[in-house]
Amino acid sequence: MQEKSNYDRRGFLLGSTALAGATAAGTLLPAGPAAAQQGKIKVGFMLPYTGTFAQLGVAITNGFKLAVDERGGKLGGREIEYFTVDDESNPAKAPENVNKLVQRDKVDVVVGTVHSGVAMGMAKVVRESGTLWINPNAGAADVTGPLCAPNIFRTSFSNWQTTYALGKVLKSRGIKTAVFITWKYAAGEEAMGGFKEGFEAEGGKMLKELYLPFPQVEFQALLTEIASIKPDAVACFFAGGGAAKFLKDYQAAGLKGKIPLYGSGFLTDGVLDAVGDAAEGVETTLHYADGLDTKKDKAFRLAYAKTFKLQPDVYAVQGYDAGQLLAAGLDAVKGNVADKPGMIKAMEAAKIDSPRGPWTLSKSHNPVQDMYLRKVVGKENKSMGVAWKALADPARGCKA
Amino acid sequence: MDFAFFLIQLLNGLQYGLLLFLVASGLTLVFGIMGIINLAHGSFYMVGAYLAWSLSSMTGSLTAAILLAIPLTVILGMALERLLFRHLYQRDHLYQVLLTYGLILVFEELRSLIWGDDVHGVAVPALLNASIPLTDNLSYPVYRLAISGVCLLLAAALYFLIQKTRLGMMIRAGASNRDMVQSLGIDIKLIYTLVFAMGIALAAFAGMINAPLSSVFPNMGSQVLIICFVVVVIGGIGSVKGAMAASLMIGLAETFGQVLVPEVAGMIVYVLMAVVLVWRPQGLFGKA
Repeated sequence: MQEKSNYDRRGFLLGSTALAGATAAGTLLPAGPAAAQQGKIKVGFMLPYTGTFAQLGVAITNGFKLAVDERGGKLGGREIEYFTVDDESNPAKAPENVNKLVQRDKVDVVVGTVHSGVAMGMAKVVRESGTLWINPNAGAADVTGPLCAPNIFRTSFSNWQTTYALGKVLKSRGIKTAVFITWKYAAGEEAMGGFKEGFEAEGGKMLKELYLPFPQVEFQALLTEIASIKPDAVACFFAGGGAAKFLKDYQAAGLKGKIPLYGSGFLTDGVLDAVGDAAEGVETTLHYADGLDTKKDKAFRLAYAKTFKLQPDVYAVQGYDAGQLLAAGLDAVKGNVADKPGMIKAMEAAKIDSPRGPWTLSKSHNPVQDMYLRKVVGKENKSMGVAWKALADPARGCKA
Repeated sequence: MDFAFFLIQLLNGLQYGLLLFLVASGLTLVFGIMGIINLAHGSFYMVGAYLAWSLSSMTGSLTAAILLAIPLTVILGMALERLLFRHLYQRDHLYQVLLTYGLILVFEELRSLIWGDDVHGVAVPALLNASIPLTDNLSYPVYRLAISGVCLLLAAALYFLIQKTRLGMMIRAGASNRDMVQSLGIDIKLIYTLVFAMGIALAAFAGMINAPLSSVFPNMGSQVLIICFVVVVIGGIGSVKGAMAASLMIGLAETFGQVLVPEVAGMIVYVLMAVVLVWRPQGLFGKA
């Protein structure tokens, strides 16, 4: 139903502006690497700016621009020109939208997106065009799995990563049996797979996998099922409004405090104001947390809050790191975007000094990063330390 | 599944069914009886939920928020009927679809401008904020039972209004032959305005009392829209009784579907609809 709430006018206006910009820039850019170094580098944002994920798109854009601004507005000695397409989180329009940036605007690098379905559409296009693509959120396994390619990078997470480390956490709590509950769609099933693998590797036993159709939020029947199965713990993957409702229903059903609840960090991100005390004490794993207390994180949070008058979140961090990763590539080739192999090599070797902690890229171009154990304390996802040091996605099916 | 849990699931199913009836009741009136295709039904549901949230955080009480919000939504409904819908009764259904689809976009954008895109929670009224223990580890929230009670009352009131009162008679008559009713000296325009406003208020009311259970979030309206149409279509267009039967059927089918055949839970409702329509194309209680 997502597409119902969106419309094209804004995207069209943004697109027309971008087109005008592209024509203007084109005249300044005669062919040849020497001349290319004079002009601006074209960065194309393909992100949701309307609909449910609008805020995520904005946070990612802000984070990226902050990383560029911190470098004096230049990467590799060249100024940056931004192009923007609202992808509306609509997978059906993904190829068309990414082509607006790749074919029409001829951007040097595409940055996007939030929705995994849209990301899959983008992957197909950039694999053909060879355009550099930095994915600052969508966690679909395939992007750095079967669809992996030298020009495809991700600065966020894979769905698998967000739940794999829970197995170790549960074992340390003496938990032997668990059920997993999520929506039946790609992200949910991948998160379930990660949890199952991590939990069984620690000797845990999965009693049942519970699914409900996406994006349904009537949990009562499955909560009753959980009560009758009586596992030692419940783990889950939910996000946004559904996560808020799940937390509240779990408490209202009297399960909270009787069967401990765990989950991927998206369960408790951005919903703590909405759920009151229903989330208190819930433990999750994610690649970012409140109260990390590192110099880098403090500086980032301060700068972000000052520039945008908003508190940064995990999405802002992912956008910021997308900017940092591109900077690493462009610095290495001194702004010569034509030297794609040189850029890719530098990006692959980059050690990103992120607010979440330093990370590097795996062979399949997904972050190898620390997963934090976080506990909900008041309105914060407080870091309880690192649950898994330098966790790498298995990148199944990646042959590049 | 032992017997105790079977009974609890039965309760879950009935309770969910009643909730569905509540959410679909406004559509039963506007689509089922007046024959207006209102795709924006979900938007009014959303407006109700956001009103409940913003007014209850202002006044500190959900009851006060609901009492304040109902007149507001009635006014909204009347204004929309006067300004927009009135001009489309004589036209093809396609015009109504276009108009109400446009309204979805307008309300979604207004919601974003006025209330933002955050997820919000609404507190359950203190009086109803308790749970009844059912087994050693499962309890049932009193608020859910209270909502079920409200749904039953509402269903009875609607049935009575449509079938047993003079106003209900005029509404039904107006729905089947507008011109005839008008020539008999009944102010059909006024009646349509009232009924439409009532439909809007019902949708919004459902959003309001459901807000503590569902949370308040962008696009919440589109999630309920399709299931509401399914309820009205299975029940038979124009029948409050049918809507109730359909809601309960769907509630039970979804609940037991999720537990017994989770792989296909997503399509059970639609299979149910297909079976009912093959068997009775006019719906369970619809007139052929």
